[in-house]
Amino acid sequence: MPKMSFREALNQAMSEEMQRDPNVLLMGEEVGYYNGAYKVSQGMLARFGEKRVIDTPIAECGFVGIGVGAAMVGLRPIVELMTFNFSLVAIDQIINSAAKIHQMSAGQFKVPMVIRGAGGAAHQLGAQHSNSFEAVYCNTPGLKVVMPSTPADAKGLLKTSIRDDDPVVFIEAELLYGETGEVPEGEYLIPLGKGDIKRPGKDCTIVAYSKMVGLALQAAKELEKEGIDVEIVDPRTLRPLDEDLIFSSVRKTNRLVILQEATPHSSFGGEIAYRVQKHCFDDLDAPIERVASEDVPVPYALNLEAIVLPDVARVVAAVKRTLE
Amino acid sequence: MTQVALPPGAIVADKAPPPFSILDYEGNLRPDIDPSLVPEIPDADCLRLYREFIKLRLIDDRYLKLQRQGRLGFYMQSTGEEATQLGVAYALKQSDWIYPSYREPGIAFFRGYSIHDFTNQLFGNAEDPIKGRQMPVHHSFRAGNFVSISSPVGTQIPQAVGTARAAQILKHDTVVSVFFGEGTTSPGDFHVGLNFAGVWKAPVIFVCRNNGWAISTPLALQTASPSIAHKALGYGFPGLLVDGNDILAMISATRIAAARARAGEGPTLIEALTYRRAAHSSSDDPSVYRKGKDDEVREWERRDPVARFSRYLERKGILTPAIDAQYREELTEEISAALKHVETVGVPPLISLIEDVYAQPTAQLREQLAELLTMPRQKLGHG
Repeated sequence: MPKMSFREALNQAMSEEMQRDPNVLLMGEEVGYYNGAYKVSQGMLARFGEKRVIDTPIAECGFVGIGVGAAMVGLRPIVELMTFNFSLVAIDQIINSAAKIHQMSAGQFKVPMVIRGAGGAAHQLGAQHSNSFEAVYCNTPGLKVVMPSTPADAKGLLKTSIRDDDPVVFIEAELLYGETGEVPEGEYLIPLGKGDIKRPGKDCTIVAYSKMVGLALQAAKELEKEGIDVEIVDPRTLRPLDEDLIFSSVRKTNRLVILQEATPHSSFGGEIAYRVQKHCFDDLDAPIERVASEDVPVPYALNLEAIVLPDVARVVAAVKRTLE
Repeated sequence: MTQVALPPGAIVADKAPPPFSILDYEGNLRPDIDPSLVPEIPDADCLRLYREFIKLRLIDDRYLKLQRQGRLGFYMQSTGEEATQLGVAYALKQSDWIYPSYREPGIAFFRGYSIHDFTNQLFGNAEDPIKGRQMPVHHSFRAGNFVSISSPVGTQIPQAVGTARAAQILKHDTVVSVFFGEGTTSPGDFHVGLNFAGVWKAPVIFVCRNNGWAISTPLALQTASPSIAHKALGYGFPGLLVDGNDILAMISATRIAAARARAGEGPTLIEALTYRRAAHSSSDDPSVYRKGKDDEVREWERRDPVARFSRYLERKGILTPAIDAQYREELTEEISAALKHVETVGVPPLISLIEDVYAQPTAQLREQLAELLTMPRQKLGHG
């Protein structure tokens, strides 16, 4: 299997789908001549031309709305947001239009589009550039929310998302773009709503997604030295959610740590905790732990940013608390 | 009074011209009108349009009364703004797309939406084409390329440009027309939509129904522009100031805008000057903020779009009192039948709750519904 970076895997997924279906197109700020702010669309303008790789004026509410209108008439637009930090400018288009038009029109109008781009904290980008907004979109019926953690998942999930008839919010961790991994060639599809065990184990379950899977794997290595064997469950798709995979893991390990980069209040981790206590109450041998960012806007200063974001030491400590 | 002189290079908007108008208030062709701008409309089409005018009037009168009687939760009239809707409806092809606001029921009717469907939508019942999902007057009519109506104002503008852009890409001969009030020229979606359309020369017609009032906010508090039509200049395409109560002028202006769109010359902004004679909605009371403006209302009643068109048709010998009476009778009967019918129609089934949220109901939605159906339920209503 060829090795490639996360961004190359995304590029391959989009290119294959555009090759396969003439109705698929990519639009957004700087996706064409500049090859994308993070070079995800490298070479795609040259390959597919200006009618299918569209540089737009800089206005998220504009090009997300354009995508909604283009989707309703039969195209399958992939709308790239430079980062999800700017998705708030387009949030009415995403939540009140893209997510609801199919329901409000009783199925008369479909909105098959993918809204994708970078999300989460990178290095020292401050409060407005380090947001994790998945809970906002997960709180919206009508949307599907995907957050891959590996290049292979990125490819398989993006291809499926492009073929999906519903609007999909596809959040790529900015710091993962350069990560490499083996990626299956050609037709490789991962169904939405199907999670993955990233590391099997027996002592404690860690639910982590996107970039946090990497952190969980590092913590697992540390814990292994002390004879603690954790299982890492990556839901991959946050909505719809593969809750059965999480439940079966918790029923085996009897312990759960939820790991997320988003701030804790009203977050996705809270939803997992609710469902696990509801369905696995008698299986739990310890209170559910959660490792999240501190509940403050992410600061710029290196030392402050580092202490706000989740780290390996805190994950290790949380797992140990469940085993006390 | 300007006190500070502007330097060379200053660009200042001109005063707005008088609106393009073909019929005077008595329904005569204006004497100075260029005959090539007067649309040729076959007699049968004239009568069809007239019937649609009467339909809108009768429905507005009747359904507002129903709301006042407490039989209907909410209603929005378009009384006095019928020519704006019907002019665009007539000038475009059925295959062209309409992104309506909430005062264009006339376009849906013109494209075949039935009084039955219209009425069932208002009642949100089991025969509502959109299954009780939206507030009254927020219709969706896919068969008529009439897009689902959005409550947040202006979101339909970028979407319309997206459909127009898609038409360019797909090489479809589709023109997209999008409606909004003058209040909607304030939010960002308006400016973003017009900007994208200008850059792409998208085949789109922006129709601003300038009816003077955004609920209680008058035009003067909405913009400092000499006209709404002026705003098109900032985005690189023409704005047309049109008498929105003159159906002939609306047809003529829309045909020109559509011809530009089909020829690849790009978008046009039509400012249709009209007046919101009724309240914003059944939840609004204009007497609170239009006190002392009776003259304004009377002046616009004098410019009534239905009266102007009917006088024009009578003078041409197309419309007779007998035809008028026949239309009114037929339509009143149709409306009564639809209203009688809704009394026999039940409520939307609970299972419809999980339909259309996604293209296919998810497993979790099905489980959620199954659980919901086993739960104790509060009784509806006051009993």
